Amino acid sequence: MLDVSVAYNRYKFIGDEFLTWLWFLIENNPDQILAHDPEIVAFDIGNRIVIENRVNDAKETISIKGDGAGLEEGLLALKKGGVVIELNLEFKTDQLEWQFSIKGEHLSVSGLKIPPTGAVESGDDVEGIVLEKTYLQEKVLKLIDKLFKSFLGIRLSSQWRENSVPDIKKWIQSSTDPNFK
Amino acid sequence: MGIISSSASITRYKVDGKLEGSVMDVMAERLKKYTITEIDEESSDKSVGWTSFKTPFEPNFEGSSYVIGSLFVFSLRIDKKVIPPKVIQKHFQVAMTRRLKDSGREFLSRNEKKMVKDQVINVLSLRIPSTPNVYDLIWNYEEGVIWFFTNLKSANEELETFFSRTFRLTIIRLFPYTMAELTGELTSAEKDTLSKLNPTLFTE
Repeated sequence: MLDVSVAYNRYKFIGDEFLTWLWFLIENNPDQILAHDPEIVAFDIGNRIVIENRVNDAKETISIKGDGAGLEEGLLALKKGGVVIELNLEFKTDQLEWQFSIKGEHLSVSGLKIPPTGAVESGDDVEGIVLEKTYLQEKVLKLIDKLFKSFLGIRLSSQWRENSVPDIKKWIQSSTDPNFK
Repeated sequence: MGIISSSASITRYKVDGKLEGSVMDVMAERLKKYTITEIDEESSDKSVGWTSFKTPFEPNFEGSSYVIGSLFVFSLRIDKKVIPPKVIQKHFQVAMTRRLKDSGREFLSRNEKKMVKDQVINVLSLRIPSTPNVYDLIWNYEEGVIWFFTNLKSANEELETFFSRTFRLTIIRLFPYTMAELTGELTSAEKDTLSKLNPTLFTE
């Protein structure tokens, strides 16, 4: 295996492409995401997308924030050659809801909000709460792992070049050009 | 922003290897040996060590207090003393004036000035309390995975160094490449493709 710090920078783009692919799936084939966990009934973009355009050595960052914000600017940024570098995501089961942010460069989660658990009322409650929280946090991490594994399977095969990239390009074009067919 | 906070940040690591000897004995011995030490009455400006998840300001690794279910749960504490630069400057000027007056000289050499400044910082460090930062950690020993409850670069760097010093085990941060290599279950052909991968352009 490569030196970790070298690999971190050399392959940073894999995480960004993963998030870009994830956005594409959310918009075009959400069932492919839901298939990774039968309990999940909805998976969506949350309240933030950050896109970075690194074409021609220049770096332009576009952040779209706010609940219900329009994503057209984001698609335009993709059209100009950008990739998603950060996503806020949310998903639901029948009764529970999770929300978190994920950055492409390291795929670590931040701002992870899990469904409410019991309150800590005494020292004896702590262990139970930790196990409950850990179980709920793990659901997010396992889902990311499964999605990333699916992405890798595609990314490392000819399917990426032959199907995924043309489909993503078509989606970007059709979303930003009303005359595109 | 720890395990039981309403909002959490998690950085994951893969642990390379296992502890030698009885796991529980080694854990207890190492955690006690590398427990955080207080620096409030000392001139040190930084202290890094392990502390209890439940009582981070009264570390106690007796018994199995750091075991929850099948997980090891404890915290990394980083205490730092931050003296505002203007406070250092004020005390440095006062000390310089006193030194010049006592010696009857008009100037101090560069080395003497440095000595005065170091002395000032030492004295102030004794008087100023440290600011603690506590980062929770879950170690799933069986799976060889660590969840560290922060994405802060500096805290993660401290963890990588201090964990290795304490347990003599290397931890590898999980990010796209290491996730693919270590947890992606790739075939050798896929690993070869991965090593040659270049960014995709999604524009025509």
